[in-house]
Amino acid sequence: MKPAAFEYHVPETVADVVAIVAEHGDEAKVIAGGQSLVPMLSMRLTRFEHLVDLNRVEELRGIERSNGDLVVAAMTRQAAAERAPEVAAVPLLQRAIPFIGHFQIRNRGTVGGSIAHADSASELPAVTLALDAELDLVGRGGERRVAASDFFVGTWTTSLADDEVLRAVRFPVWEGRCGFSVDEIARRSGDFALAGIVCAIEVDAADSVRRAAIAYFGMGPTPMRARSAEAALVGSNPSASDLEEIGRLAVADCSPAADVHASAEYRTSVGAHLARRAVERALGEARSG
Amino acid sequence: MAEHDITLTVNGQLRHGRAEARKTLADFLREDLALTGTHLGCEHGVCGACTVLVDGAAVRSCLMFAVQAADAEVTTIEGLAAPDGSLNPVQDAFREEHGLQCGFCTPGFVMTMHAFLLDNPAPTDDEIKEGLSGNVCRCTGYQGILQAARRAAGVMSS
Repeated sequence: MKPAAFEYHVPETVADVVAIVAEHGDEAKVIAGGQSLVPMLSMRLTRFEHLVDLNRVEELRGIERSNGDLVVAAMTRQAAAERAPEVAAVPLLQRAIPFIGHFQIRNRGTVGGSIAHADSASELPAVTLALDAELDLVGRGGERRVAASDFFVGTWTTSLADDEVLRAVRFPVWEGRCGFSVDEIARRSGDFALAGIVCAIEVDAADSVRRAAIAYFGMGPTPMRARSAEAALVGSNPSASDLEEIGRLAVADCSPAADVHASAEYRTSVGAHLARRAVERALGEARSG
Repeated sequence: MAEHDITLTVNGQLRHGRAEARKTLADFLREDLALTGTHLGCEHGVCGACTVLVDGAAVRSCLMFAVQAADAEVTTIEGLAAPDGSLNPVQDAFREEHGLQCGFCTPGFVMTMHAFLLDNPAPTDDEIKEGLSGNVCRCTGYQGILQAARRAAGVMSS
């Protein structure tokens, strides 16, 4: 359980990070909190000639409001985001973070690291996708902004190029009568989710759904939007029995895999219940607002 | 591969060492600084036995490299008791409540509980269980550990 040898780089600016990453291409890997990467290195599931440590890059830390978005710099620790009062503006983010690992993991793990790692069973990619967040990437060619829907390509795979790093994530702030819910099924607290969901609902003055955003995690190779269920919700004022149908619609957009932890059938069954429950809770919160 | 000079503060003392970048903080503490109180169970971040404080925050020392702890302040299980040997409230509670059997996981549990109670001195029972959920014990059945946590919480909040 010892990682293979690597050359260690510890830049202090984003410009230096990009220069090192661009020089070494796919032989280099950036390390953020390391809570997923170090186990993979230790088990020798992967190895890199160069590790580029982002932990001393001060400009990659911090949380600010900008043009209606909550902008979280990539190296902001999950524990710091969990406690930051500004994060209350994005309840999905605030409520999803405590589901990540254990508090010791969140003390090291970062918001950007979890998103760039793109584990399909992890919480923050689903939050990013549900809210149509945007990701600021920086590379040799300069900066570009990518929609979450274009960022998650496959399991552990994103549209980040070899010479690019994630600088920040822009989470839209939902105003108005909104409700939110985050839920997951795991065997033990802190384990990888067998299936999970994030849901945001906005209702109008008559309690009808104006906006709905639902994303699953652990239900496919990437976080998955439940577009059919969202479309069915918008403009409606769903009753409890309608929500059963919403659950079935939501899970129909997913393609969960079977693994040693759960069968595809189990995930599909659980996914429908999660959607019904998450929509019910988010709707209740929105209507009471 | 090159070795790196590493200077850090461990349990209040300035310490130096040289290590390859791939050496974890846990291995560095044990092999280079002879602080073998920090135990390694799984070595991939699941069991919590290697929990130490880095700049006051509980972390798994198998999931960071020693070179990353340069200039940091690290507290290990050896640093919890007072200089005169009197036990920290969490250590004392573990002894009083039989919060251990073989003792292998104990340094991790004690460091975790110490950090957890500094942050939340009056936890509910559910919060205690959640706080301990990142540590694995294979012999006590956890009841003694929970009792110790409740006792320590009582002492630290009063």
